[in-house]
Amino acid sequence: MTAAALFSERSSSLRRGALTLVVAALLYEALARSGYFPQALTPTLGAIAHTLFASLADGTMILHAAATLYRVLIGFGFAVAIGLPLGVLIARLRPVENFVLPLMSALMPIPSLAWVPVFILWFGLGNTVSVLIVFYAALFPMLLNTWSGVRAVNPIWLRAAGAMGANEHALFWKVIVPGASPFIIAGLRQSFLRAWIAVIGAEMLAGSDWGLGWVIFDAKEFLDADVMLASLIVIGLIGFATERLVFGSLERATIYRWGMARSGRV
Amino acid sequence: MDDVLERFPAAGVRGSGVFARAWRNAFPFIVVGAVWEAVAHLGIFPVQFFPPLEAIAAAFARLTASGVLPHHAFDTLVRLTVGFALAAGFGIAAGVLMGRSRRAEDILLPLVSIGAPIPGLAYAPLFLLWFGPGNVPAIALVAFVSAFPVIYNSWTGVKAVKEVWLRSAQAMGADDRAMFRHVVLPGALPYIVTGLRLGLAQAWRILVAVEMLAAVPWGLGWLIFGAQEFLNTDVMLAGIAVIALIGLGLEKLAFQPLENFTVVRWGMMT
Repeated sequence: MTAAALFSERSSSLRRGALTLVVAALLYEALARSGYFPQALTPTLGAIAHTLFASLADGTMILHAAATLYRVLIGFGFAVAIGLPLGVLIARLRPVENFVLPLMSALMPIPSLAWVPVFILWFGLGNTVSVLIVFYAALFPMLLNTWSGVRAVNPIWLRAAGAMGANEHALFWKVIVPGASPFIIAGLRQSFLRAWIAVIGAEMLAGSDWGLGWVIFDAKEFLDADVMLASLIVIGLIGFATERLVFGSLERATIYRWGMARSGRV
Repeated sequence: MDDVLERFPAAGVRGSGVFARAWRNAFPFIVVGAVWEAVAHLGIFPVQFFPPLEAIAAAFARLTASGVLPHHAFDTLVRLTVGFALAAGFGIAAGVLMGRSRRAEDILLPLVSIGAPIPGLAYAPLFLLWFGPGNVPAIALVAFVSAFPVIYNSWTGVKAVKEVWLRSAQAMGADDRAMFRHVVLPGALPYIVTGLRLGLAQAWRILVAVEMLAAVPWGLGWLIFGAQEFLNTDVMLAGIAVIALIGLGLEKLAFQPLENFTVVRWGMMT
């Protein structure tokens, strides 16, 4: 296929994609205006946009988003700080693996949010619960991916480095870490995705006064569907931005640069 | 997880024999259990909040004998089955369609890529508002959320079918139906099975949470959440144990046989 043909096909795909979104938006608008459902349940797009801009302008939405991001980053940070070294340890040391893996396979099938009621009893309502839930949700993908990444490092590389006289330290930093990096980055990505889901759920169940999950759940009481949809948009945008900007550029800066283009996808 | 182990010859040096293996797997649980017991009996935390293992086991036995726990588990499984079946049916159909037809891809892909990055649970209050409390929003949300990985993977799978296979099948005179049945479907199946597996895991995670949010009368999520009001930590932990068992069972019993039966048998994956 020539470049021009490829380009024209791309642009027509783009046009059709945009058309879909416009049609979907128009259908929704028609439904909202038809009065078939109460206005409170299906607000018009204009009302949603108005709510979104108003809450952004007076700063409430930004504060909610900041509270959610704070919780997610702390929990995710702990999960990485523990999951990454532990993942390397279980891959390198058999006794640690024998001890951690059975526990992990028993804990992993429990959805993180199932712990919310227990954690509320133990720690009370508030940030601790959300942060712990995020930690629980993000830990396992991190651990599992690091573990398989370190194990998947090509043994030939290890032997070659050993033959060239690399010591343990150099072996770890120059061979194992770059070799495992596609898996580790996939792990970071999956962990963040899980963390982002968990924080919304935790905020709904263990709501404090701030947070995007709490706003959505609280808006239900007042039948504020426009607030809910506006917060949904913010949640989606933040998730999308981290996925594309943060992890996309992380991937480009590390594994593509090192020539290990095996990127993991969820 | 196991196949990763088997690829490494070093992993073969592990203890042999059924008993050694059972002991190795049980050992960490015995250690954690002993620590738990010690903490519970030392009375550092109130017994209500930190019940010893025998209290949890007693709660488990009591609730199972009275039929309460099986009822909760049954209702949860029914919701999971219905929601996931909807997601699987719709998801595979949409994904395959997107993979086969350029037009369908252009139309559906923007909608899928907008919906996917939003955590499913964020829709929960909206669904509750639209459908009222009860089974309908719970099942609808489970179906909606678990459809995304199924759609995405079916789509990728159909696109990943090798061009050479399609051409050779065509050259051998396969019509559209034979092509779909004998080439596209088996070729895409490893991806579809992966999608179903991811979808089911996601459905399971969402369902437990949504049962806490939507006031359903029965369900494991509700059991745990309701027990919080009465400070019944033993009931909560017994409920979590059942959730863990079901989650483990879904992975081991539902998907490994399916994979062996289809993907491995057709030689698509070993």
